[in-house]
Amino acid sequence: MIESHATTQDIHGHPALQHHFENMEQQREAGTIGMWVFLVTELMFFGGMFLAYALYRNLYPAAFASASNHLDIVLGAVNTGVLIVSSFTMAMAVYFTQVGNRRPQIVCLVLTLILGLTFLGIKAVEYHDKYTDHLIPGRLIPSAPFGPAVQEEGQPLDHHKLHLLPGATLRQVEMFYWIYFAMTGMHALHMIIGAGLLTFLILYSIKGRFDPEYHSPVEIIGLYWHFVDIVWIFLFPLLYLLGRHFEHG
Amino acid sequence: MSEHIVPVKVYLGIFLALLVGTALTVLAAFVDFPWRLNTIVALTIASVKATLVVLYFMHVRYSPRLVWVIVASALFWMGILFAFTFSDYFTRNWLSIGY
Repeated sequence: MIESHATTQDIHGHPALQHHFENMEQQREAGTIGMWVFLVTELMFFGGMFLAYALYRNLYPAAFASASNHLDIVLGAVNTGVLIVSSFTMAMAVYFTQVGNRRPQIVCLVLTLILGLTFLGIKAVEYHDKYTDHLIPGRLIPSAPFGPAVQEEGQPLDHHKLHLLPGATLRQVEMFYWIYFAMTGMHALHMIIGAGLLTFLILYSIKGRFDPEYHSPVEIIGLYWHFVDIVWIFLFPLLYLLGRHFEHG
Repeated sequence: MSEHIVPVKVYLGIFLALLVGTALTVLAAFVDFPWRLNTIVALTIASVKATLVVLYFMHVRYSPRLVWVIVASALFWMGILFAFTFSDYFTRNWLSIGY
């Protein structure tokens, strides 16, 4: 744990060691703990939105199931896979930094960035689908206010139309989409920030700033990246899958 | 250096488990579980996946006790947030006092 045992490295001083730390290990642990405290505040932040979701879903179960069924389950599942692979490549980037193998470390960071951007690209396609189906809530888009076409009984199935389950109203469906855009939008913002952080890591890795003694930035941004992945692990079933079993016929 | 380096084999195993979990949760969504258990099943799978990420990808299993305490405090406060809010919302119509 945190104790002072000066090695030759510490006496000569690693160039990245700040003066207020005894040694590199203490510095790394302090950084990791600080990041965890930040992630707890992040969890509280997303927790509020999960709470709003839970309350409104309990209030309007039929509308939430109807609206959820309209989301694209294939794109949602593919994006979940993309994020999990990116978490794996991020974990491997930390590993290669720890063992001091720079080339695979850079490759893993670049792969993570590409996967993150892939996720955002697929998300953009989904948002555009919502736009063309008039599912952006309220008047966020003044030229396309909320007002999806509704699937009537007996008409041929049209995937652009919303199928309302018994007991659901459009106003309630709109509430689902407010929550959907708030949660996935905040998640996407975190992904964009993560992509920026990864770009910084890649540039500094190319400059050779990280080594087995000093790799806190890789470790800490890794923690952030995994946290964003965890948020999506919960968002995917709650938003995309919740009403599927009503309409599997 | 007392830092624990997680072996690649462990990372690979967790990675595969997460992919299997994702497939499971999609399959389970199309099954009609009795007593409306669908949400419970989905949340259980998500929680297991999240726990694997926290313990292995985020190294909590090998981290100092202080990190464990911080993670536990997050779960504790989330518990308060949900429990107290639900205990209000879900009991509002237990009494009709004519307000």
